[in-house]
Amino acid sequence: MAHSVLVDGQDDSVIDRRIGVLLRTGMIVSAAVVLTGGVLFLARSGRQVPDYHVFHGVPENLKSIPQIVAGAFHGDPLAIIQFGLLLLIATPVSRVLFSVVAFALERDFLYVAISCIVFCVLMYSILFH
Amino acid sequence: MNSLEFSAWIATASLLAGFLGSLTGLGGGVVIVPLLALLFGVDIHYAIGASLVSVIATSSGAAAAYVREGFSNIRIGMFLEIATTLGAIAGAFLSAHTPTQAIAIIFGIVLLYSAGMSMRRREAAKHHPPDKLAVSLRLDGSFPENGVKTVYHVRRVPLGFGLMFGAGTLSGLLGIGSGAVKVLAMDEAMAVPFKVSTTTSNFMIGVTAAASAGIYLSKGYIDPAIAMPVTLGVLLGSVLGAKFLVRAKVRSVRLTFALVIAALGIEMIFNGITGRL
Repeated sequence: MAHSVLVDGQDDSVIDRRIGVLLRTGMIVSAAVVLTGGVLFLARSGRQVPDYHVFHGVPENLKSIPQIVAGAFHGDPLAIIQFGLLLLIATPVSRVLFSVVAFALERDFLYVAISCIVFCVLMYSILFH
Repeated sequence: MNSLEFSAWIATASLLAGFLGSLTGLGGGVVIVPLLALLFGVDIHYAIGASLVSVIATSSGAAAAYVREGFSNIRIGMFLEIATTLGAIAGAFLSAHTPTQAIAIIFGIVLLYSAGMSMRRREAAKHHPPDKLAVSLRLDGSFPENGVKTVYHVRRVPLGFGLMFGAGTLSGLLGIGSGAVKVLAMDEAMAVPFKVSTTTSNFMIGVTAAASAGIYLSKGYIDPAIAMPVTLGVLLGSVLGAKFLVRAKVRSVRLTFALVIAALGIEMIFNGITGRL
């Protein structure tokens, strides 16, 4: 650290800033969707008494991505919240995709490959379960 | 308690957790699960699901703020994310087969460890000669310090990679960001300067959590009615915390929050052993 010289190291600050904007946008959009669903949910079912002491797992229509999307477009409040959470989960995933492109533009193919591996692991988790 | 009251209380508690977490730099996610499980009697799997989602939110939200003050190393982050995402998937699978009592005890230990880590003084990494593996993976980097470019060399890559797999597993098992373990792997094992490791770790937390989120979703851990107040509360709290952030003055707040985390850790272990969760 004390070793300070002027040599070419890596400075990722430009990519960083773009990624920062991407992450913040994703975060704001998904929070807005979650909030919308939340207000609708509480307006309709706010008086019901929930029970979360025992784990049953959420109903099937709130587990699968196509059903969540369909439910959200039909105006189901819980599906809208879940859709917002999906957008939230998609935000870091899109950051990895962004990195694949950024590394490709830099012609850093080792890191194109590494980013692709991370992307595949994420896809395995999200799409095949 | 009806849904409206339940949401309001949870949102308030989460807001406080997010606020203190970002003010002290300890992260609010780590207290969400004990808060939901111990205070609100929520089943630990729902609690873990809601916590994990809130961790993604704060990671994305804080990233924009951190970019201005920190210096992340995208290559270190991306390379280590192979380990953390694989670990996260392993952890998410484990969580379905681990008894609640065992999860509570492991959680308690991690809370105690996080509280201890937060009290540690982080010293500037010493300078090390270039390491062959790190060089071939292009992990070395630099950041500006007092107007000059400070170059750092990363070392012990396999050890760091292994620790990151562990950090990912804990993240997937407990629904936390496990920043404390990530920082340990980068600071202590790989000799990454902490100006770089803090920011890089924050970048990694969201991607790591996204890897277990898919499995949590399909296993039904993510309940929208619980995740909604938690996510919005933590997010708002951490944004407010970042605005109030004056690092020099938060030492006593930091100490208090660390003590709260430690107390929750002991409570989790106690409840795990006596089987009350």
